[in-house]
Amino acid sequence: MELIWFMIVAFMLVCYVILDGFDIGAGIVHYFVGRNDAERAAVIRTIGPVWDGNEVWLLATGGVLYFAFPMLYASAFSGFYLPLIMVLWLLIMRAAGIELRHQLEHNHMWTSFWDFVFSLASILLAIFFGAALGNVIRGVPLNAEGYFFEPLFTHWGTTGETGILDWFTVLSGVVAFVALAVHGANYLAMKTEDELNIRARKVVGVGWYALVGVTVLSLWAVMYVRPTLLDNYYALPIGWLIPAAVVASLAAVKYFNAKGQDRNAFISSSVYLAMMLGGAVFGLFPLVLPALDPANSLTVYNARAGDYGLSVALLWWPVGIIIALGYYTFLFRTFKGKVKVGEEH
Amino acid sequence: MESLTLDRLQFAFTVTYHYLFPQLTMGLAPLIVIFKSLAIWKKDELWNEAARFWAKIFGISFLFGVVTGIPMEFQFGTNWAVFSKYAGGVIGQTLAMEGTFAFFLESSFIGLFLFGEKRLGQALHWLSAFLIFVGTWLSGWFIIATNAWMQHPVGYEIAADGSVHLTSFWSLVLNEWAIYQYLHNMGGALVTGSFAVAALGAFYILSKQQVQFGKMFVKAGVIAGCVSSIWMLFPSGDWQGKMVAKHQPVTLAAMEGLFDTTQGAPLVLIGQPDMEKKRLDNAIHIPNALSFITYQRWDAEVKGLNEFPEDQHPDNIPLLYYSFHIMVGLGTIFIAIMAIAVVWLWRGWLFESNWLLWILMLLFPFPFIANTVGWMTAELGRQPWLVYGLFRTEDGASHLVSSGNVMFTLIGFMGMYTVLSLLYIFLMLRRIEHGADELTAAAAAARGEN
Repeated sequence: MELIWFMIVAFMLVCYVILDGFDIGAGIVHYFVGRNDAERAAVIRTIGPVWDGNEVWLLATGGVLYFAFPMLYASAFSGFYLPLIMVLWLLIMRAAGIELRHQLEHNHMWTSFWDFVFSLASILLAIFFGAALGNVIRGVPLNAEGYFFEPLFTHWGTTGETGILDWFTVLSGVVAFVALAVHGANYLAMKTEDELNIRARKVVGVGWYALVGVTVLSLWAVMYVRPTLLDNYYALPIGWLIPAAVVASLAAVKYFNAKGQDRNAFISSSVYLAMMLGGAVFGLFPLVLPALDPANSLTVYNARAGDYGLSVALLWWPVGIIIALGYYTFLFRTFKGKVKVGEEH
Repeated sequence: MESLTLDRLQFAFTVTYHYLFPQLTMGLAPLIVIFKSLAIWKKDELWNEAARFWAKIFGISFLFGVVTGIPMEFQFGTNWAVFSKYAGGVIGQTLAMEGTFAFFLESSFIGLFLFGEKRLGQALHWLSAFLIFVGTWLSGWFIIATNAWMQHPVGYEIAADGSVHLTSFWSLVLNEWAIYQYLHNMGGALVTGSFAVAALGAFYILSKQQVQFGKMFVKAGVIAGCVSSIWMLFPSGDWQGKMVAKHQPVTLAAMEGLFDTTQGAPLVLIGQPDMEKKRLDNAIHIPNALSFITYQRWDAEVKGLNEFPEDQHPDNIPLLYYSFHIMVGLGTIFIAIMAIAVVWLWRGWLFESNWLLWILMLLFPFPFIANTVGWMTAELGRQPWLVYGLFRTEDGASHLVSSGNVMFTLIGFMGMYTVLSLLYIFLMLRRIEHGADELTAAAAAARGEN
């Protein structure tokens, strides 16, 4: 039972990263793709109708995590207190940037201010989310009751009294930043035409080299910080398909980008994100929050809720998700096609 | 300050601020559906324009509700970790269902509703307005069900590790407390929504900016406002009060400022609780009325605060008492004004009676206050418990998050929300001004067609 919910949470998290990932990514490359006011308005219009729905995956994942693994929710959210509250502030700023920009469409000061807020908040969010994942892989100083608290930074090392930020988690943040930039640029290439499309493709082309670089670096760093991550791969060799898929999807991003097939490039970067996250999850299982002292680690077994709650939720959850996927299909179909510079809503 | 105090302050501040927006959007959503229906049914483009006008105000308010709502779910984990570990398996269910069944629905259709009218056509656009209404009201249900479980826990068992496990899904989702609280709360949202529509209509008439639409708004707002105001007192307020009397008698005593157990207890209209001398100063009351409305017998016994051990008393009785009395006082005033307005509307005097239009216009902040103090009554009344009778508030906070860190984030939220408030007020004033021009153009176009 806990295994099913572990997979459901992982699935929802992957959906969140792919979906909100492309609109956060659009924010990261906002200034590279949109060079003037009308172009930046077009960038925002590509995500305008969908960003809110994408963000709901975060809330829905949080909700499922809350009832399925209450101990994990309690421990991780209180332990990551400061960065999470900052994430909230960034989410508020980003939403304001997207939605308030078009309220005064012809006021240049107004639009340029919100462009900046939107882009900055997107960049910081990508780094924060990456750093959060880095913390989970590295492990946190859980006590015997299963709680911890980390300041934002301490001595930047991965052992002893760790902070949220150290060299490893900052590296994870950079990986997320580059990966979402490429992913967002793929999305923009797919949704725009002419100048914007060319620039977005160029961002993917150049960003790809950075992505390969940081991916290799981060895999090496993971081996150094948490060598036990490979245990599951040795135990269940089919897992090696995941790193193989990471490599393949990276190659595919470059291939489709060079061919000008933006949709396929976007699908490839989605696969990349899913596999990077999936690879970490596969390696960590059954841990959900590793402790620096392994005896205190939270696992799917000691963080889970009661049997009845988990089984009754298996009845409503699939119904809800199938309906939600229906909405999504309808929404994306209604707003399908490319966004043109200069057109109104 | 202690970190528990700061955790409580931060939650109270962020949730109070947050709920200013959903009460408006949940109140406007059904009204927009009505405008949209009138437009299609009567083939009247003016009602369609009214729907579009309010949809824009809805859109901005909805955004503010979304962004200030996310911190609520997060704070259960960040600031109330011990409580989350204890009760997450139960209340996480309703919160997750809100995300799955309501948020996906709302977020998918809000874009279609706000920007998709041309692409969708009238029938599908009506449907998206309707689904937004369903989404906001479903969301309300799950939050009320969550709160209701904390007010009146049902369908659970205490597990070996001391946390609560769910044992009955339907008891949680159809908690008796949730049903009455929902009926009362959604009525409150309708009061806010309809009073806002009436107030803006009154403003447009008085300022002569847009009289034709002003009259439509006033008419719709006054009718909906009258019905919902009466609903708040009877039957929904009455039902809610009986739930409190049945399951939280000590809260009832504190709300009413009743210190001693009394047969034929009076209903206090005004007066100040003196916590040292344990009595109500300067009380003006209606004899025997509290006994009657609670138990339908003029001489029924109502238990006073002294009947209950002090460690079960709500920890801020005067604030609870005032919150409740302000709510009831405002509710009574709302009914009186709206009843007069409906009669004046019926007799055809309303649009000539500037004094009444002025009152309707100036009334718009008061439903927000009434809803806020209503929730303060519910939440202060639940104290000292986080989960009534099971889990005390003082035991629920995250103990490794230091008070300095909580103060940092509380100050941050205050700063952030101050900026949000200024933005919201600026955008609303601008919308009201531009909206008048758009409506005038639409009215002219409609005349041209005829």
